[in-house]
Amino acid sequence: MIRLPGLMGVLSGTVDAPDIDDTTSFWRWDFAWEVLPEMLRSFFQVTLVVTVVGTLIAAVLGLIIAILIRVLPKPLAWLVTWSANFIRMTPIVVQLLVVFYGFVWMEPMAIALLVYGVHYSTYMSEVYRAGIDAVPTGQWEATTALSLSAVRTWQRVIIPQALRSTVPSLGNYAISMFKDTPFLIAISVMEMVTTALEIGGFTYRYIETITIAGVIFLVASYGTAVLVNRLERRLAYAY
Amino acid sequence: MPTPTDAKPAMPVIEFRDVEKQFDTKTVLKELNFTIERGERVTLIGPSGSGKTTILRLVMTLEGLTDGYIYIDGAPLVYEQRDGKRVPVSKRQQKLLTTRIGMVFQQFNLFPNMTVLENIIEAPIHVLGINKRDAIDRAHQLLEKVGLPDKTDAHPTALSGGQQQRVAIARALAMDPEILLLDEVTSALDPEVVVDVLQVLRDVAATTDVTMLIVTHEMSFARDVSHRVMMLDGGKIIESADPETIFTNPAKERTKKFLAAVLRDA
Repeated sequence: MIRLPGLMGVLSGTVDAPDIDDTTSFWRWDFAWEVLPEMLRSFFQVTLVVTVVGTLIAAVLGLIIAILIRVLPKPLAWLVTWSANFIRMTPIVVQLLVVFYGFVWMEPMAIALLVYGVHYSTYMSEVYRAGIDAVPTGQWEATTALSLSAVRTWQRVIIPQALRSTVPSLGNYAISMFKDTPFLIAISVMEMVTTALEIGGFTYRYIETITIAGVIFLVASYGTAVLVNRLERRLAYAY
Repeated sequence: MPTPTDAKPAMPVIEFRDVEKQFDTKTVLKELNFTIERGERVTLIGPSGSGKTTILRLVMTLEGLTDGYIYIDGAPLVYEQRDGKRVPVSKRQQKLLTTRIGMVFQQFNLFPNMTVLENIIEAPIHVLGINKRDAIDRAHQLLEKVGLPDKTDAHPTALSGGQQQRVAIARALAMDPEILLLDEVTSALDPEVVVDVLQVLRDVAATTDVTMLIVTHEMSFARDVSHRVMMLDGGKIIESADPETIFTNPAKERTKKFLAAVLRDA
Protein backbone atom coordinates (compact mmCIF):
# COMPACT_ATOMS: atom_id res chain seq x y z
CA MET A 1 0.00 0.00 0.00
CA ILE A 2 1.45 3.35 -1.05
CA ARG A 3 0.64 6.33 1.15
CA LEU A 4 3.30 8.68 -0.07
CA PRO A 5 1.93 11.64 -2.02
CA GLY A 6 5.41 12.99 -2.64
CA LEU A 7 6.56 9.81 -4.26
CA MET A 8 3.33 9.54 -6.22
CA GLY A 9 4.76 12.46 -8.14
CA VAL A 10 7.98 10.58 -8.73
CA LEU A 11 6.09 7.53 -9.90
CA SER A 12 3.72 9.42 -12.14
CA GLY A 13 6.62 11.27 -13.75
CA THR A 14 5.61 14.81 -12.73
CA VAL A 15 8.70 14.96 -10.53
CA ASP A 16 12.10 13.95 -11.81
CA ALA A 17 12.74 10.43 -10.71
CA PRO A 18 16.12 9.85 -9.16
CA ASP A 19 18.51 7.75 -11.15
CA ILE A 20 17.55 4.43 -9.69
CA ASP A 21 20.01 2.61 -11.92
CA ASP A 22 22.87 4.12 -9.93
CA THR A 23 23.80 1.32 -7.60
CA THR A 24 27.48 2.22 -7.33
CA SER A 25 27.31 5.61 -5.55
CA PHE A 26 27.29 5.38 -1.79
CA TRP A 27 25.77 8.83 -1.39
CA ARG A 28 23.94 11.08 -3.88
CA TRP A 29 23.37 14.66 -2.73
CA ASP A 30 20.76 15.31 -5.43
CA PHE A 31 18.71 12.39 -4.18
CA ALA A 32 19.19 13.43 -0.54
CA TRP A 33 17.88 16.95 -1.28
CA GLU A 34 15.01 15.49 -3.24
CA VAL A 35 13.77 13.24 -0.45
CA LEU A 36 14.47 15.70 2.38
CA PRO A 37 11.04 17.42 2.22
CA GLU A 38 9.31 14.05 2.37
CA MET A 39 11.41 13.04 5.37
CA LEU A 40 10.74 16.32 7.14
CA ARG A 41 7.06 15.96 6.41
CA SER A 42 6.95 12.57 8.10
CA PHE A 43 8.92 14.01 11.01
CA PHE A 44 6.57 16.92 11.60
CA GLN A 45 3.33 15.13 10.82
CA VAL A 46 3.96 11.83 12.54
CA THR A 47 7.09 11.47 14.68
CA LEU A 48 6.83 14.86 16.35
CA VAL A 49 3.07 14.62 16.84
CA VAL A 50 3.31 11.18 18.42
CA THR A 51 6.17 12.29 20.67
CA VAL A 52 4.62 15.55 21.83
CA VAL A 53 1.07 14.29 22.29
CA GLY A 54 2.34 10.97 23.64
CA THR A 55 4.53 12.77 26.17
CA LEU A 56 1.64 14.98 27.27
CA ILE A 57 -0.63 11.95 27.73
CA ALA A 58 2.14 10.05 29.53
CA ALA A 59 2.98 13.01 31.80
CA VAL A 60 -0.64 13.52 32.88
CA LEU A 61 -1.60 9.84 33.09
CA GLY A 62 1.66 8.99 34.87
CA LEU A 63 0.90 11.56 37.56
CA ILE A 64 -2.64 10.24 37.94
CA ILE A 65 -1.32 6.69 38.30
CA ALA A 66 1.26 7.75 40.90
CA ILE A 67 -1.38 9.61 42.95
CA LEU A 68 -3.92 6.79 42.66
CA ILE A 69 -1.38 4.26 43.95
CA ARG A 70 -0.83 6.57 46.91
CA VAL A 71 -4.45 7.39 47.78
CA LEU A 72 -6.49 4.33 46.79
CA PRO A 73 -7.28 1.62 49.33
CA LYS A 74 -4.69 -1.18 49.30
CA PRO A 75 -6.34 -3.75 47.00
CA LEU A 76 -7.16 -1.12 44.35
CA ALA A 77 -3.73 0.47 44.62
CA TRP A 78 -2.25 -2.98 44.14
CA LEU A 79 -4.38 -3.48 41.03
CA VAL A 80 -3.17 -0.17 39.54
CA THR A 81 0.44 -0.98 40.44
CA TRP A 82 0.34 -4.34 38.70
CA SER A 83 -1.51 -3.08 35.65
CA ALA A 84 1.24 -0.48 35.29
CA ASN A 85 3.95 -3.09 35.87
CA PHE A 86 2.38 -5.30 33.21
CA ILE A 87 2.38 -2.50 30.65
CA ARG A 88 5.90 -1.41 31.55
CA MET A 89 7.30 -4.91 31.28
CA THR A 90 5.89 -5.86 27.90
CA PRO A 91 7.34 -4.48 24.64
CA ILE A 92 5.65 -1.48 23.09
CA VAL A 93 5.58 -3.29 19.72
CA VAL A 94 3.45 -6.04 21.21
CA GLN A 95 1.07 -3.45 22.64
CA LEU A 96 0.88 -1.64 19.30
CA LEU A 97 0.03 -4.88 17.50
CA VAL A 98 -2.54 -5.99 20.08
CA VAL A 99 -4.43 -2.71 19.80
CA PHE A 100 -3.98 -2.58 16.01
CA TYR A 101 -5.48 -6.04 15.44
CA GLY A 102 -7.79 -6.00 18.44
CA PHE A 103 -9.47 -2.71 17.65
CA VAL A 104 -9.48 -2.63 13.85
CA TRP A 105 -11.84 0.34 13.76
CA MET A 106 -9.24 2.58 15.35
CA GLU A 107 -7.16 4.98 13.27
CA PRO A 108 -3.49 3.87 13.29
CA MET A 109 -2.45 7.38 14.36
CA ALA A 110 -4.91 7.28 17.28
CA ILE A 111 -3.51 3.90 18.28
CA ALA A 112 -0.02 5.36 18.15
CA LEU A 113 -0.90 8.25 20.49
CA LEU A 114 -2.77 5.96 22.86
CA VAL A 115 -0.16 3.23 23.09
CA TYR A 116 2.86 5.52 23.36
CA GLY A 117 1.08 7.70 25.90
CA VAL A 118 -0.08 4.80 28.07
CA HIS A 119 3.16 2.81 27.77
CA TYR A 120 5.33 5.72 28.84
CA SER A 121 2.89 6.82 31.53
CA THR A 122 3.86 3.67 33.41
CA TYR A 123 7.50 4.76 33.36
CA MET A 124 6.67 8.33 34.28
CA SER A 125 4.46 7.19 37.16
CA GLU A 126 7.58 5.65 38.71
CA VAL A 127 9.41 8.96 38.35
CA TYR A 128 6.52 10.79 39.99
CA ARG A 129 6.35 8.17 42.74
CA ALA A 130 9.99 8.82 43.58
CA GLY A 131 9.33 12.57 43.48
CA ILE A 132 6.34 12.22 45.81
CA ASP A 133 8.30 9.99 48.19
CA ALA A 134 11.03 12.61 48.27
CA VAL A 135 8.70 15.26 49.72
CA PRO A 136 9.65 15.38 53.43
CA THR A 137 7.18 13.99 55.98
CA GLY A 138 7.20 17.40 57.65
CA GLN A 139 5.40 18.87 54.64
CA TRP A 140 2.56 16.37 55.02
CA GLU A 141 2.45 17.07 58.74
CA ALA A 142 2.25 20.81 58.12
CA THR A 143 -0.77 20.28 55.85
CA THR A 144 -2.43 18.25 58.61
CA ALA A 145 -1.63 20.92 61.17
CA LEU A 146 -3.26 23.50 58.88
CA SER A 147 -6.22 21.18 58.14
CA LEU A 148 -5.68 21.54 54.40
CA SER A 149 -7.95 19.28 52.36
CA ALA A 150 -6.45 16.31 50.54
CA VAL A 151 -7.01 17.96 47.17
CA ARG A 152 -5.40 21.21 48.27
CA THR A 153 -2.52 19.33 49.87
CA TRP A 154 -1.72 17.53 46.62
CA GLN A 155 -2.35 20.53 44.43
CA ARG A 156 -0.47 23.20 46.36
CA VAL A 157 2.13 21.36 48.39
CA ILE A 158 2.97 17.83 47.30
CA ILE A 159 2.74 17.96 43.50
CA PRO A 160 4.66 21.23 43.05
CA GLN A 161 7.48 19.92 45.23
CA ALA A 162 7.43 16.45 43.69
CA LEU A 163 7.58 17.83 40.15
CA ARG A 164 10.79 19.77 40.68
CA SER A 165 12.94 16.69 40.98
CA THR A 166 11.14 14.85 38.17
CA VAL A 167 11.79 17.20 35.26
CA PRO A 168 15.12 15.66 34.11
CA SER A 169 13.77 12.10 34.21
CA LEU A 170 10.57 13.06 32.43
CA GLY A 171 12.66 14.78 29.76
CA ASN A 172 14.71 11.63 29.31
CA TYR A 173 11.58 9.54 28.87
CA ALA A 174 10.28 12.00 26.29
CA ILE A 175 13.53 11.48 24.36
CA SER A 176 13.23 7.70 24.78
CA MET A 177 9.72 7.81 23.43
CA PHE A 178 10.90 9.88 20.49
CA LYS A 179 13.55 7.30 19.67
CA ASP A 180 10.99 4.49 20.01
CA THR A 181 8.73 5.92 17.30
CA PRO A 182 10.25 3.72 14.55
CA PHE A 183 8.34 0.82 16.14
CA LEU A 184 5.32 2.40 14.50
CA ILE A 185 6.39 0.50 11.40
CA ALA A 186 4.57 -2.45 13.03
CA ILE A 187 1.22 -0.75 12.45
CA SER A 188 2.17 0.93 9.17
CA VAL A 189 2.16 4.49 10.48
CA MET A 190 4.48 6.48 8.21
CA GLU A 191 6.97 7.86 10.67
CA MET A 192 10.47 8.71 9.48
CA VAL A 193 12.12 5.31 9.27
CA THR A 194 9.05 3.70 7.73
CA THR A 195 9.01 6.51 5.18
CA ALA A 196 12.71 5.95 4.48
CA LEU A 197 12.12 2.27 3.82
CA GLU A 198 9.09 3.04 1.70
CA ILE A 199 11.09 5.42 -0.48
CA GLY A 200 13.83 2.81 -0.71
CA GLY A 201 11.23 0.38 -1.95
CA PHE A 202 10.69 2.53 -5.02
CA THR A 203 14.19 3.84 -5.59
CA TYR A 204 16.49 1.14 -4.22
CA ARG A 205 18.37 3.88 -2.39
CA TYR A 206 18.40 3.69 1.42
CA ILE A 207 21.54 5.36 2.74
CA GLU A 208 20.36 8.93 2.16
CA THR A 209 16.91 8.55 3.70
CA ILE A 210 18.07 6.51 6.71
CA THR A 211 20.91 8.97 7.31
CA ILE A 212 18.54 11.92 7.13
CA ALA A 213 16.25 10.17 9.62
CA GLY A 214 19.24 9.62 11.92
CA VAL A 215 20.33 13.25 11.68
CA ILE A 216 16.79 14.51 12.42
CA PHE A 217 16.63 12.19 15.45
CA LEU A 218 19.97 13.46 16.68
CA VAL A 219 19.16 17.14 16.26
CA ALA A 220 15.72 16.85 17.87
CA SER A 221 16.94 14.67 20.77
CA TYR A 222 19.86 16.93 21.48
CA GLY A 223 17.64 20.01 21.26
CA THR A 224 15.19 18.47 23.73
CA ALA A 225 17.98 17.53 26.10
CA VAL A 226 19.32 21.09 26.09
CA LEU A 227 15.80 22.42 26.69
CA VAL A 228 15.21 20.05 29.60
CA ASN A 229 18.53 20.99 31.08
CA ARG A 230 17.67 24.65 30.95
CA LEU A 231 14.25 24.06 32.46
CA GLU A 232 15.86 22.04 35.23
CA ARG A 233 18.25 24.84 36.06
CA ARG A 234 15.47 27.39 36.06
CA LEU A 235 13.44 25.25 38.45
CA ALA A 236 16.45 24.88 40.71
CA TYR A 237 16.57 28.65 41.09
CA ALA A 238 12.81 29.00 41.49
CA TYR A 239 13.06 28.71 45.24
CA MET B 1 -23.70 26.12 64.24
CA PRO B 2 -23.73 24.20 67.52
CA THR B 3 -20.32 23.11 68.63
CA PRO B 4 -19.36 20.90 71.54
CA THR B 5 -18.16 24.05 73.30
CA ASP B 6 -21.62 25.63 73.26
CA ALA B 7 -23.16 22.50 74.72
CA LYS B 8 -20.70 22.13 77.57
CA PRO B 9 -18.92 25.39 78.32
CA ALA B 10 -17.13 24.07 81.38
CA MET B 11 -15.36 21.32 79.45
CA PRO B 12 -11.58 21.17 79.57
CA VAL B 13 -10.15 22.15 76.22
CA ILE B 14 -8.00 19.02 76.06
CA GLU B 15 -8.63 15.80 77.90
CA PHE B 16 -6.59 12.60 77.70
CA ARG B 17 -8.40 9.57 79.09
CA ASP B 18 -6.50 6.31 79.55
CA VAL B 19 -4.36 7.11 76.55
CA GLU B 20 -1.92 4.49 75.41
CA LYS B 21 0.48 4.79 72.50
CA GLN B 22 2.67 2.05 71.12
CA PHE B 23 5.14 2.19 68.26
CA ASP B 24 5.33 -1.39 67.02
CA THR B 25 5.92 -3.17 70.30
CA LYS B 26 7.39 -0.24 72.22
CA THR B 27 4.96 1.42 74.61
CA VAL B 28 5.59 5.16 74.65
CA LEU B 29 2.57 6.35 76.64
CA LYS B 30 0.59 4.34 79.12
CA GLU B 31 -2.64 4.99 81.05
CA LEU B 32 -2.18 8.68 80.50
CA ASN B 33 -4.84 10.92 82.05
CA PHE B 34 -4.80 14.68 82.18
CA THR B 35 -6.90 17.72 81.35
CA ILE B 36 -5.98 21.19 80.19
CA GLU B 37 -8.27 24.12 80.80
CA ARG B 38 -9.14 26.83 78.32
CA GLY B 39 -6.43 29.48 78.14
CA GLU B 40 -4.01 27.40 80.14
CA ARG B 41 -0.37 27.24 79.08
CA VAL B 42 1.17 23.91 79.95
CA THR B 43 4.76 22.84 79.39
CA LEU B 44 5.75 19.21 79.15
CA ILE B 45 9.22 18.43 80.42
CA GLY B 46 11.08 15.19 80.82
CA PRO B 47 13.96 13.17 79.41
CA SER B 48 14.00 12.35 75.70
CA GLY B 49 11.84 9.36 74.92
CA SER B 50 9.48 10.17 77.75
CA GLY B 51 6.65 10.80 75.27
CA LYS B 52 6.36 14.61 75.34
CA THR B 53 6.37 15.11 71.60
CA THR B 54 4.12 12.08 71.12
CA ILE B 55 1.46 13.81 73.22
CA LEU B 56 1.50 16.85 70.93
CA ARG B 57 1.46 14.66 67.84
CA LEU B 58 -1.54 12.75 69.16
CA VAL B 59 -3.45 16.00 69.70
CA MET B 60 -2.59 17.07 66.14
CA THR B 61 -3.67 13.60 64.84
CA LEU B 62 -0.22 13.04 63.35
CA GLU B 63 -0.07 9.72 65.17
CA GLY B 64 -2.66 7.00 65.60
CA LEU B 65 -4.00 6.31 69.06
CA THR B 66 -3.36 2.79 70.36
CA ASP B 67 -5.87 2.91 73.16
CA GLY B 68 -7.94 5.37 75.15
CA TYR B 69 -9.63 8.63 74.23
CA ILE B 70 -8.72 12.23 73.53
CA TYR B 71 -11.34 14.95 73.85
CA ILE B 72 -11.13 18.45 72.44
CA ASP B 73 -13.72 20.76 74.02
CA GLY B 74 -15.43 17.60 75.20
CA ALA B 75 -15.75 16.11 71.72
CA PRO B 76 -13.92 12.88 70.89
CA LEU B 77 -10.98 13.49 68.56
CA VAL B 78 -9.94 10.01 67.44
CA TYR B 79 -12.18 7.39 69.01
CA GLU B 80 -15.47 7.64 70.78
CA GLN B 81 -17.47 5.34 72.98
CA ARG B 82 -20.64 4.21 71.32
CA ASP B 83 -22.80 1.43 72.80
CA GLY B 84 -19.89 0.45 74.99
CA LYS B 85 -17.61 0.05 71.98
CA ARG B 86 -14.58 2.09 70.98
CA VAL B 87 -15.21 3.35 67.44
CA PRO B 88 -13.27 5.82 65.28
CA VAL B 89 -14.87 9.26 64.88
CA SER B 90 -15.77 10.46 61.42
CA LYS B 91 -13.13 12.23 59.34
CA ARG B 92 -15.42 15.25 59.23
CA GLN B 93 -15.74 15.50 62.96
CA GLN B 94 -11.99 15.10 63.32
CA LYS B 95 -11.33 17.85 60.79
CA LEU B 96 -13.77 20.14 62.59
CA LEU B 97 -11.73 19.72 65.75
CA THR B 98 -8.22 19.83 64.25
CA THR B 99 -9.07 23.12 62.54
CA ARG B 100 -9.06 24.66 66.02
CA ILE B 101 -5.59 23.28 66.72
CA GLY B 102 -2.39 24.80 65.39
CA MET B 103 1.11 23.43 65.60
CA VAL B 104 4.62 24.81 65.25
CA PHE B 105 7.30 22.25 64.48
CA GLN B 106 10.93 21.89 65.38
CA GLN B 107 11.84 21.88 61.68
CA PHE B 108 9.45 24.78 60.77
CA ASN B 109 7.94 22.82 57.84
CA LEU B 110 7.17 25.90 55.80
CA PHE B 111 6.14 25.17 52.22
CA PRO B 112 9.28 25.98 50.18
CA ASN B 113 7.34 26.35 46.92
CA MET B 114 5.32 29.26 48.32
CA THR B 115 6.27 32.73 49.42
CA VAL B 116 6.00 33.73 53.07
CA LEU B 117 2.64 35.38 52.39
CA GLU B 118 1.31 32.37 50.49
CA ASN B 119 2.36 30.11 53.35
CA ILE B 120 0.35 32.20 55.77
CA ILE B 121 -2.82 32.80 53.73
CA GLU B 122 -3.20 29.32 52.21
CA ALA B 123 -5.13 27.69 55.05
CA PRO B 124 -7.18 30.73 56.17
CA ILE B 125 -8.49 31.10 52.62
CA HIS B 126 -9.01 27.45 51.74
CA VAL B 127 -9.89 25.95 55.10
CA LEU B 128 -11.62 28.77 56.97
CA GLY B 129 -13.03 30.40 53.82
CA ILE B 130 -11.76 33.86 54.66
CA ASN B 131 -11.63 36.14 51.63
CA LYS B 132 -8.23 36.80 50.16
CA ARG B 133 -8.03 40.52 50.98
CA ASP B 134 -8.78 39.95 54.66
CA ALA B 135 -6.37 37.02 54.79
CA ILE B 136 -3.60 39.17 53.33
CA ASP B 137 -4.34 42.01 55.77
CA ARG B 138 -4.20 39.58 58.65
CA ALA B 139 -0.97 38.06 57.33
CA HIS B 140 0.63 41.51 57.26
CA GLN B 141 -0.44 42.13 60.85
CA LEU B 142 0.98 38.79 61.95
CA LEU B 143 4.26 39.36 60.13
CA GLU B 144 4.47 42.69 61.89
CA LYS B 145 3.86 40.93 65.17
CA VAL B 146 6.63 38.39 64.61
CA GLY B 147 9.00 41.11 63.46
CA LEU B 148 9.21 40.27 59.75
CA PRO B 149 7.04 42.87 58.02
CA ASP B 150 9.34 43.10 54.99
CA LYS B 151 9.58 39.38 54.21
CA THR B 152 6.14 38.98 52.63
CA ASP B 153 7.36 37.96 49.20
CA ALA B 154 10.48 36.06 50.23
CA HIS B 155 10.70 32.32 49.81
CA PRO B 156 11.35 30.39 53.02
CA THR B 157 14.73 29.14 51.79
CA ALA B 158 15.91 32.76 51.64
CA LEU B 159 15.26 33.16 55.37
CA SER B 160 17.34 32.18 58.36
CA GLY B 161 16.11 29.43 60.67
CA GLY B 162 14.90 31.92 63.26
CA GLN B 163 13.02 33.90 60.63
CA GLN B 164 11.49 30.72 59.20
CA GLN B 165 10.29 29.72 62.64
CA ARG B 166 8.72 33.13 63.19
CA VAL B 167 6.90 32.79 59.87
CA ALA B 168 5.75 29.34 60.97
CA ILE B 169 4.36 30.88 64.16
CA ALA B 170 2.54 33.52 62.09
CA ARG B 171 1.19 30.78 59.83
CA ALA B 172 -0.18 28.85 62.81
CA LEU B 173 -1.69 31.99 64.36
CA ALA B 174 -3.37 32.95 61.07
CA MET B 175 -5.76 30.05 61.67
CA ASP B 176 -6.86 31.62 64.96
CA PRO B 177 -6.31 28.38 66.84
CA GLU B 178 -7.87 27.70 70.24
CA ILE B 179 -4.97 25.41 70.97
CA LEU B 180 -1.38 26.02 69.93
CA LEU B 181 1.06 23.13 70.08
CA LEU B 182 4.74 24.08 70.24
CA ASP B 183 7.03 21.15 69.57
CA GLU B 184 10.61 22.02 70.52
CA VAL B 185 10.35 25.13 68.38
CA THR B 186 13.82 26.42 69.25
CA SER B 187 15.76 23.14 69.17
CA ALA B 188 16.85 23.50 65.54
CA LEU B 189 17.90 27.13 65.91
CA ASP B 190 21.21 28.86 66.46
CA PRO B 191 21.49 30.04 70.06
CA GLU B 192 21.51 33.74 69.18
CA VAL B 193 18.12 33.63 67.39
CA VAL B 194 16.42 31.49 70.04
CA VAL B 195 15.80 34.65 72.05
CA ASP B 196 13.90 36.32 69.17
CA VAL B 197 11.63 33.33 68.68
CA LEU B 198 10.94 32.98 72.38
CA GLN B 199 10.21 36.72 72.60
CA VAL B 200 7.59 36.32 69.87
CA LEU B 201 6.01 33.46 71.80
CA ARG B 202 6.10 35.44 75.04
CA ASP B 203 4.20 38.20 73.23
CA VAL B 204 1.65 35.72 71.93
CA ALA B 205 1.21 34.35 75.45
CA ALA B 206 0.81 37.83 76.88
CA THR B 207 -1.60 39.18 74.27
CA THR B 208 -3.86 36.21 73.49
CA ASP B 209 -5.71 33.63 75.53
CA VAL B 210 -4.80 30.75 73.25
CA THR B 211 -4.31 27.48 75.08
CA MET B 212 -0.71 26.34 74.71
CA LEU B 213 0.79 22.93 75.04
CA ILE B 214 4.54 23.30 74.92
CA VAL B 215 7.44 20.91 74.64
CA THR B 216 10.73 22.71 75.19
CA HIS B 217 14.16 22.45 76.66
CA GLU B 218 14.22 26.18 77.39
CA MET B 219 13.49 26.02 81.09
CA SER B 220 13.46 29.75 81.74
CA PHE B 221 10.91 30.17 78.96
CA ALA B 222 8.83 27.33 80.41
CA ARG B 223 9.01 28.96 83.79
CA ASP B 224 7.99 32.39 82.47
CA VAL B 225 5.05 31.51 80.24
CA SER B 226 3.55 28.35 81.75
CA HIS B 227 0.69 28.15 84.19
CA ARG B 228 1.59 24.57 84.81
CA VAL B 229 4.48 22.21 84.14
CA MET B 230 4.04 18.49 83.72
CA MET B 231 7.01 16.20 84.27
CA LEU B 232 6.94 13.04 82.19
CA ASP B 233 9.00 9.93 82.65
CA GLY B 234 8.56 6.56 80.97
CA GLY B 235 5.30 7.58 79.32
CA LYS B 236 3.65 8.76 82.51
CA ILE B 237 3.08 12.09 84.17
CA ILE B 238 4.94 11.79 87.41
CA GLU B 239 4.42 15.34 88.60
CA SER B 240 2.25 18.28 87.61
CA ALA B 241 2.40 21.65 89.31
CA ASP B 242 2.87 25.37 88.79
CA PRO B 243 6.34 26.29 87.49
CA GLU B 244 7.43 27.86 90.78
CA THR B 245 6.88 24.58 92.63
CA ILE B 246 8.38 22.39 89.92
CA PHE B 247 11.52 24.46 89.49
CA THR B 248 12.20 25.35 93.09
CA ASN B 249 10.65 22.62 95.13
CA PRO B 250 9.69 19.53 93.11
CA ALA B 251 7.97 16.74 94.97
CA LYS B 252 9.58 13.90 93.11
CA GLU B 253 13.22 12.91 93.25
CA ARG B 254 13.12 12.06 89.52
CA THR B 255 12.05 15.63 88.68
CA LYS B 256 14.80 17.03 90.86
CA LYS B 257 17.44 14.91 89.11
CA PHE B 258 16.13 15.80 85.65
CA LEU B 259 16.08 19.52 86.39
CA ALA B 260 19.52 19.40 87.94
CA ALA B 261 20.82 17.78 84.75
CA VAL B 262 19.19 20.20 82.26
CA LEU B 263 19.84 23.33 84.31
CA ARG B 264 23.47 22.42 84.70
CA ASP B 265 23.74 22.25 80.90
CA ALA B 266 22.05 25.60 80.48
